[in-house]
Amino acid sequence: MISRGPAFLLACLILAAIAAPAIAPYPPDRLDLTHRREAPSAAHWFGTDDLGRDVFARVLFGARVSLAVGLLSAAVAGASGIALGGAAGYAGGAIDAILMRGTDAMLAVPRLPLLMIAASVIEPSIPLLVVMIGLAGWMETARVVRAEFLTLGTRGFVESARAAGAGHARLIGVHLLPNAAQALIVSLTLAVARGILLESALSFFGVGVRPPQASWGNMLYQAQATLATEPWLAFAPGLFILLTTLSVNSVGDRLALAKPGPSLRPSRPLRSRRHVTAFHRPSA
Amino acid sequence: MIRFLARRVLQALPLLLVISALVFLLIHAAPGGPLAIYLSNPNVRPEDIERLRRALGLDRPLWQQYWSWLAAFAQGDWGYSFSDGRPVGSRIVERIPATLELVGASIAVALALTLPAGIIAAVRRGRAFDRITMGLTVAGISLPAFWFGLLLQIVFAIDLGWLPSSGRTTPGWSGGSGGPGSGGSGGLIGFLSGDLIDHLQHLVLPVTVLAVVQAAAWSRYLRGSMIETLAQPFVLAARARGLPERAVVLRHALRNAVGPVLAVVMVDAALLASGAVVTESVFAWPGLGSLFTEALARRDYSVLMALLMLTSTTIVIFNVAADAAHALADPRIAIAT
Repeated sequence: MISRGPAFLLACLILAAIAAPAIAPYPPDRLDLTHRREAPSAAHWFGTDDLGRDVFARVLFGARVSLAVGLLSAAVAGASGIALGGAAGYAGGAIDAILMRGTDAMLAVPRLPLLMIAASVIEPSIPLLVVMIGLAGWMETARVVRAEFLTLGTRGFVESARAAGAGHARLIGVHLLPNAAQALIVSLTLAVARGILLESALSFFGVGVRPPQASWGNMLYQAQATLATEPWLAFAPGLFILLTTLSVNSVGDRLALAKPGPSLRPSRPLRSRRHVTAFHRPSA
Repeated sequence: MIRFLARRVLQALPLLLVISALVFLLIHAAPGGPLAIYLSNPNVRPEDIERLRRALGLDRPLWQQYWSWLAAFAQGDWGYSFSDGRPVGSRIVERIPATLELVGASIAVALALTLPAGIIAAVRRGRAFDRITMGLTVAGISLPAFWFGLLLQIVFAIDLGWLPSSGRTTPGWSGGSGGPGSGGSGGLIGFLSGDLIDHLQHLVLPVTVLAVVQAAAWSRYLRGSMIETLAQPFVLAARARGLPERAVVLRHALRNAVGPVLAVVMVDAALLASGAVVTESVFAWPGLGSLFTEALARRDYSVLMALLMLTSTTIVIFNVAADAAHALADPRIAIAT
């Protein structure tokens, strides 16, 4: 169902991040002032930075930060999106109208500048950064869940469950959410990729993950000053951001195209332009 | 139609109110509030800060401050920059031409890539062109714009030396036959042509970044929308009437498929028109995006607030405009909603 390439690549990246202390040839913060600014070699695969730190080790440890921020911020975005979108789609009426106007308002504020201001004001720790990125990204999931709940709510099996006396919790937990799962998972994979890109963009501007903690974004931030003399510093961190977001987006793409299993409803084309924002880029 | 538009505009107004409150609260939640820049300056005495606080009305209740800020903002009084004391409005206005130039060129290039890519991929769905194009677009939407910008700088500006790495013009450049940086003299004609060429050379790299990134997202929407439209009965009917495939695709399908894509393009255009923060910063392009990062570094909250409000307002207006354009192209929209 899912093409193996991207999923395999993603699994490798996650494994490498988990096993970073075992794989990394040097500790990521070890200074080696006799080997500063060295181009990639057998001893230092991705070269060394201005303090003689091994770039390969820093990329590996940066993977932990980037992947953790991406996955956890998507969890925050998903949980808030399910709660708000689910409430809107399930309750309908005035609650729906109010929640959706709030969603529209949030969508009209540019995400990256908003987060840049907030991060420069708050100077967040990594866990707080996860929450901030998550809270800036619930809108797409909320719209998807709301749309799913609204259409599912009119379907026969939900009607009959309601007529049979199913309570709110049972209707939502057993009938609505499982049937909205495919659309939901697709929107969550997009949120993971977006979270990784937002974290690296914030760190690239010096307001995200702060040195000496390595993150792909802040490695690029440091590399920017010496592009002409040490271009390798810019190469590896960005390549890993690209590989990660590419594999996450490709997996999401395949999931979106996958046929739902036999127990699920037939797939329905997403017509409304409400869905269109799902692929929206966080930054340009 | 007019009622539809009036309703969309009326819906947009409370939206703008909510956004303005959000932006205002964010700035005022800052530790030290808008005066943070002075708090960290050892040369500013505490009594001066107190005086400033009163003079700026920061001792009043929050809702009063919000109201007077909003009233002034709506009347075009956007306050003064904390970092250089000039009116925020004029700081913003002087950056607009650079951003419009960059964004206009990028959107034009992006559309020139999007239209053929999206249409041909949809028509040849599942074939080689479609698979390759869609593979490239996933890469495009996954590409971190700042890294792509840095790579282009390394390859084309530093290694090959073909193009300038940053800025909008070469300082002191006045035509002549040498490359950028050679400077020197030149006649009036040389000045004009050299100046234009210098300008275009500076545009190439940032436009490439923005156009590639946007075209990747847009062609995915266009392809999806075209595939849906091509499956509609009226397309079958057009084919059955014996229309040439070209007319079926371009005149019948494309016209109907382009609406949802237009909405996305408009929102992205609004976002970019208010400053492509990342790209402008990487290439030191002197537009609104660079103004934003400069203001952020100096904690210049009056500029940040104005820029954020300006962007959000532009997005809301462009959204309404996209709805209007969609309704004009397809009258069913106005009736149905």
